[in-house]
Amino acid sequence: MSQIENNKGSIQVQNLNVYYGERHALKNLNIEIPKHKLTAIIGPSGCGKTTFLKCFNRLIETNENVNITGQFLVDGQNIFDPKVEITSIRKKMGLLSQRPYPLPMSIYDNITYGPRIHGERNKTKMAETVEYYLKQASLWEEVKDRLHSPASALSIGQQQRLCLARGLAVAPEFILGDEPTSALDPISSKHIEQKFIELKNQYTIVVVTHSLRQARRIADYIVFMYLGEIIEHGPAKELLSNPQHQLTKDYVTGEMS
Amino acid sequence: MSDKTRLQFDYRLKGLMKLFTLFAVLTLFIIFIGVVFKSYPILKTNSIFHFLFSSEWFPQKEKFGLFPFIVSTLWVTAIAMVLAVPFCILASIYLSEYADKKIIGWITPLIDILAGIPSVIFGIWGIIVVVPFVRDYLAPFFGKVSTGYSLITGGIVLSVMIVPVMVNILLEVFATVSKGLKEASLSLGATKWQTIKNVLLRKAAPGIVSAIALSLSRAFGETLAVLMVVGNVTKVPHSMLDPGQPLPALIANNYGEMMSIDLYDSALLLASLVLFIIVLIFNIASRLILRKMERNLG
Repeated sequence: MSQIENNKGSIQVQNLNVYYGERHALKNLNIEIPKHKLTAIIGPSGCGKTTFLKCFNRLIETNENVNITGQFLVDGQNIFDPKVEITSIRKKMGLLSQRPYPLPMSIYDNITYGPRIHGERNKTKMAETVEYYLKQASLWEEVKDRLHSPASALSIGQQQRLCLARGLAVAPEFILGDEPTSALDPISSKHIEQKFIELKNQYTIVVVTHSLRQARRIADYIVFMYLGEIIEHGPAKELLSNPQHQLTKDYVTGEMS
Repeated sequence: MSDKTRLQFDYRLKGLMKLFTLFAVLTLFIIFIGVVFKSYPILKTNSIFHFLFSSEWFPQKEKFGLFPFIVSTLWVTAIAMVLAVPFCILASIYLSEYADKKIIGWITPLIDILAGIPSVIFGIWGIIVVVPFVRDYLAPFFGKVSTGYSLITGGIVLSVMIVPVMVNILLEVFATVSKGLKEASLSLGATKWQTIKNVLLRKAAPGIVSAIALSLSRAFGETLAVLMVVGNVTKVPHSMLDPGQPLPALIANNYGEMMSIDLYDSALLLASLVLFIIVLIFNIASRLILRKMERNLG
């Protein structure tokens, strides 16, 4: 399978700039996100990690006064092109946010929400979808007897796995995580990390993380950002053991946090 | 100051605040007891159901049927709510989800000013604008003749008065729905409207019920503006283009001019009691709905 033949799952960012009003939040980012790998974006607070991640599914546009220039190619198509339908971009990107946001409905309806808004009406198919993706997120055994109770009744760790299943149910190509374990206890965090490692064979995964240790545990590829710029990126082992740039060196050795 | 005096001050201040709080709640009971006590004489002459369902209001003959006034009250309030609720919900959705900050900065102070306009000015606006509109356009449109002083006129004026109350509460309610939750829906590929319908409105549903309940209490009790445009005719209305006289208007129009008819005073306080009970029933009902909703949402 040649790379050109199969563009699916690829992301190239070219000269991406983001301005919040006057503030230049992301400065000329250029990067290619490796396909079917887990990429971790690391860097100190306020470096633009989350802003960058919000470009992937254009959630950044929910902020006022945002100005974006450059190209963000997903499967070869610039997602900021005005002709692109925003819903089709977002459908390609499953998002796991900092803390779980179960929708105000039952566990079952949380999973079927995505398929339903995209027009799925077949009840048997949806029941299969629910079971399949809850199993994928390792939640099925815990909730199979109470699928119709409110999702908010689940523990926070279960809620995050529910959100993962909900995201997978729209059949995305990418999974985005915005510090997805920061609100979870260690055991729930481990669950999610393990899931990510399993899922990277099928999806291209991009995770923003605050924890260098987490990046070490799960990342194949690392992007280090500082003050809105990408300072360095490369395979995780190389970048962590032998950083080229002084700023990266300071960050991974704990001189800067 | 020594520790002892500081602590004593703290203790006394707390006592004072408690007293004031108690007093505020107590007023409710004092008013209720007063109204019950004063309407007792007329309740001795006949059962409450007689007064609720009798249409005969002839104070000179000591006949005090409240049915026409109750029907008018329900009509005017229902019309006001039917007009105001969808209007306010859509306007609030626009302000909280679509409008940019500049527009919000312009509109919310204007809505607050609307809330501060005295009732009597709404009444005059009703006479100058709404009455002719009903007389010249709305009534002919339905093939009817009306002086323009009617239940629907009262309802329209009242609905405008409810708007600021309801929009303010709804904006507060919508603001409690977190951005992250809406983003969760958007990130699945939902459109903005799908997100509003399935997430925002659903999450805010208990708050919307509260907003409606509070506005409803306000609507039931609003007196002056409604009284000025509603016609004040003592007759059971058959359509919303008929004039009517809601309970608050009845009380305000007649209290103090009861001549020397024995039970008149008591009858008007019975009308107050009925109004009180109607508001109470709707309040309790909304609380029950709320509790049920909160249980369903978990």
